Amino acid sequence: MAILQVNDIHVYYGSIHAVKGVSFEVNQGEIVTLIGANGAGKSTVLNTVSGLLHPASGSVVFDGKDLKGVAAHKVVEHGMAQVPEGRRVFLQMTVEENLEMGAYTRPRDEIMGSMDDVYRRFPRLKERRRQIAGTLSGGEQQMLAIGRALMSKPTLLMLDEPSMGLAPILVEQIFDIIRELHAGGTTILLVEQNAQAALSIADRAYVLETGKITLSGTGAELMASDKVRQAYLGG
Amino acid sequence: MVFLSYLISGLSLGSVYAIIALGYTMVYGIAKMLNFAHGDVIMVGGYICFIATTNLGLPVWLAVILSMAACTVLGVVIEGLAYKPLRQAPALAVLITAIGVSYFLQNAALLIWGANPKMFSPVVTGTLQLFDGQLTISYVSLLTIAACIVIMIALTLYINKSKMGKAMRAVSEDKGAAQLMGIHVNRTISTTFAIGSALAAVAGVLYCSFSPMLMPTTGSMPGIKAFTAAVFGGIGSIPGAFLGGILLGIIESLAKAYISTNMANSIVFAVLIVVLVVKPTGLLGKYVPEKV
Ligand SMILES: Nc1ncnc2c1ncn2[C@@H]1O[C@H](COP(=O)(O)OP(=O)(O)OP(=O)(O)O)[C@@H](O)[C@H]1O
Ligand SMILES: [Mg+2]
Repeated sequence: MAILQVNDIHVYYGSIHAVKGVSFEVNQGEIVTLIGANGAGKSTVLNTVSGLLHPASGSVVFDGKDLKGVAAHKVVEHGMAQVPEGRRVFLQMTVEENLEMGAYTRPRDEIMGSMDDVYRRFPRLKERRRQIAGTLSGGEQQMLAIGRALMSKPTLLMLDEPSMGLAPILVEQIFDIIRELHAGGTTILLVEQNAQAALSIADRAYVLETGKITLSGTGAELMASDKVRQAYLGG
Repeated sequence: MVFLSYLISGLSLGSVYAIIALGYTMVYGIAKMLNFAHGDVIMVGGYICFIATTNLGLPVWLAVILSMAACTVLGVVIEGLAYKPLRQAPALAVLITAIGVSYFLQNAALLIWGANPKMFSPVVTGTLQLFDGQLTISYVSLLTIAACIVIMIALTLYINKSKMGKAMRAVSEDKGAAQLMGIHVNRTISTTFAIGSALAAVAGVLYCSFSPMLMPTTGSMPGIKAFTAAVFGGIGSIPGAFLGGILLGIIESLAKAYISTNMANSIVFAVLIVVLVVKPTGLLGKYVPEKV
């Protein structure tokens, strides 16, 4: 069953036509990845799904509900959370406050339990919970960004280049976490430039090129495709 | 002893500036705009209090509450009608609009209350005599300083501990990320205006208690000074606004006493320029690292 359906969306920045008729779907329990070069429109697609951007035409249907006209701050209540590109944690707030913001729409008494879950998954964050997020390392900030998104208990978790700028060992850790979250029942939509790693954990994948989807298939199919190997896997 | 009395009058004047500067700095920090109409909300606050006490014969405390309530509504309405539609507009358009709102408020006041100054009677009267009458402190001064301290503490607690306060800080850092968290950005900004405007009403009442000639342009000067104070302390910083306001008041008062009454304002602004040259972010302004 498709939990997310994106139907022929067109997105503009002023006169720049960044996304030109993209359609795809994510089924309950899948890991789906969207790969593509810089400027292909991956973040634009994710931000349109989360309601930060509005499509000029086309629709986003989440859990059977058309999100047209739903304000960006309401989308999270439908069970969708995004780990934005560049982490975008609140640098001047503490780790714990960042996590509280992640649970902003949830009742107070439920927050403690979720926070314990996040701390169990990321013990490093627990040690640093009174620290200002701006003083965390890049890897720690990425964990915080993921932890913050988990605080809303999303059914669909969207991650925008979570491996960006991280050392290989941390990249591996991040992908392990994504696998664990998926095993725990969370549906994942992953945007990556690290095509190798993304395709290897994805059930299905889409390739985005200058605002259009040019290829799609299972992770294994795309990994075997000549075109993908040449363009994204370095031969 | 004379020095001490100048210091105390500077401290109380500075407290008024600080209360106004808090409004400027909160709005700047969260909505990223300079609300130049903030000073005129002070004037409206003064008029409402004046009418409530003089024309309606209400007790002072009720008049102050009424004035705060009216200014809160005014602030929220100004934000909703004039600034909200410009959320995506260039900063210059917002700035020009704010100046427009400022003139609108002044002219509306002129229309409603006329050009003749009203004599505002201080909210409290009397003085405290210390050291065998060598040092005289007015109760208004003490009230003002106390109000400023209470407001400062309450606001700091609110911003740091309350859910809305935390949302304000999140919005001030990253509106988009705040929205992803489910924070209603527009409501957060409205709340900021509401608080800033309620503080402006308090400041208006206190300011008029020192400087009782109430006119439609009454808010301009304290508005500009408080804006200076906010920049001086580091715009966007709450402790900065407090410190900037107090220092500005003290500098102004001492300059008036020891250098020249006419030069006092020039000296205040000269100090501002020096501070900004040495430390462009203001005294307590933070350098915010760019995100990667
Ligand atoms: N705020 C903006 N204003 C104007 N153009 C934009 C804006 N954001 C993105 N674009 C343009 O839209 C296109 C798609 O950008 P987008 O950020 O979605 O790409 P991306 O696939 O996420 O790239 P990257 O891998 O570098 O993150 C690019 O051509 C980009 O220049
Ligand atoms: Mg991107």
